[in-house]
Amino acid sequence: MRFGAMEVLQHVTLGAEEGEFLCILGPSGCGKSTLLNIAGGFLAPSSGSVTIDGEPVTAPDRRRIFVFQERGVFPWLTVEGNIGFGLFDMSAGDRQARVSQYIDLVGLRGFEKSYPRELSGGMKQRVEVARALAVNPDVLFLDEPFGALDSITRLQMRSELLRIWRAERKTVLFVTHDIEESVQLADRVVVMSARPGKIRRVVDIDIPHPRDLSSRRYIELRDLIFGEIGLAHQV
Amino acid sequence: MKTHPRDTEHAEKALSAPSVPLWFQRFMLPLTTAAIILILWSIAVRASGTKIFPTPAAVAKAITTLAEKSLLWHYIADSLTRVFAGYTAAIAVGIPLGFLLGWYAPLARSINPLIQMLRPISPLAWMPLAVIWFGVSNAAPTFLIFLASLFPIIVAAMNGVRNVPPMYIQAGRNFGLTTPQLMTRVMIPAVLPRIIVGLRLAFGIAWVVLVAAEMIAVDSGLGYLIIDARNAGKRYDLVVAGMLMIGLIGLLLDTGIRKIEQWISD
Repeated sequence: MRFGAMEVLQHVTLGAEEGEFLCILGPSGCGKSTLLNIAGGFLAPSSGSVTIDGEPVTAPDRRRIFVFQERGVFPWLTVEGNIGFGLFDMSAGDRQARVSQYIDLVGLRGFEKSYPRELSGGMKQRVEVARALAVNPDVLFLDEPFGALDSITRLQMRSELLRIWRAERKTVLFVTHDIEESVQLADRVVVMSARPGKIRRVVDIDIPHPRDLSSRRYIELRDLIFGEIGLAHQV
Repeated sequence: MKTHPRDTEHAEKALSAPSVPLWFQRFMLPLTTAAIILILWSIAVRASGTKIFPTPAAVAKAITTLAEKSLLWHYIADSLTRVFAGYTAAIAVGIPLGFLLGWYAPLARSINPLIQMLRPISPLAWMPLAVIWFGVSNAAPTFLIFLASLFPIIVAAMNGVRNVPPMYIQAGRNFGLTTPQLMTRVMIPAVLPRIIVGLRLAFGIAWVVLVAAEMIAVDSGLGYLIIDARNAGKRYDLVVAGMLMIGLIGLLLDTGIRKIEQWISD
């Protein structure tokens, strides 16, 4: 992948199983968002290709939904309106039922008629996740979705996301620069290096959920990734 | 940033104990200011013995005389009709054009320099041409108002479209919206708050231009009232009465648009 004369990504080969939770981890500017945008069909790679179920990805598609930081919710729509945004080809009754189902799933019952400005950052993020899930996509792309949240909300949102992921079993590609986050969430962590972005290593996180954040295996894997990124684990 | 302890103290005081009730601040304070100005104005006119500037009482009398002759309502109606005709035409042309310019970058690159060059020209500079094109008729001032409000509206719509967060557009595309659907379901609601601000700005300019346009091109309206009162017999009470009416109506209309603005952004 090239932007003008700059090579952003180099020889990235990556596969994901159906229903897998994959984290792409790397420092800022390593091209991980670019990789996600190519996988989602929003950017065309200068060479190489993306296929999902044997089908080449050339354009954005509602079977693959992007979730941004909470700023992606539409401020002019209520919670209901946002969640039902992608359901325009459904009958009103079906849409209502689907919206209601996902309001429950993300725990926003009672806030159906609220506007995003009346919600906290974490709640807005739930709206975005629900909006994405409501169209029943095969793959969810999450680009540092919790980056703008405070650290307590971020922790809560991680376990919420895992709960929802277990309920819905979507394939998830999750981009983050937070090592702890990747080890807490992912089945596999793809560790990338910066400029041009390359895959340094793919780490299997073989800890069952719910994960104990003080277990030996957790700390082992976390430190392995810290080392792989080249950080001394000291402050 | 340093915070002085005294500053925070003041801020807390202001927040916790509003010493003057809100209704008083809203209505009584401006009314008091108005009363003081009327008194000072009255005193100043009498003390200086000027024959040119009327007293408030004379202006009030002029307004009632005008209202009784129903000439005032007639003029106000004419002025409002012209403003609304020119302004509506500017909205009808400016919003779609601004959208196109904001959406298609090559189009903006070709046309925007021309718009930016025309924009600083006072609409009044078009007056000689407008009179030749439209003669002494309603069309001439309406055209000037159209020009005056057109550019702020184009620029507001164009900048509004350009400043829509890219992720709104990306999300819209992601959910499979076609370009027309993207316009109606994402772009228009996203741009609306900015356009309303542009509309209010444009209206302010239109109202200012109206008066100047009516001084030349027509024989009715509030602007005409002012120039006619002076020409016909140096009736400065009528001149000031006209000025006051223009200010009051401008204020009323601006308040109306502000209300719409608040309603939309809520």
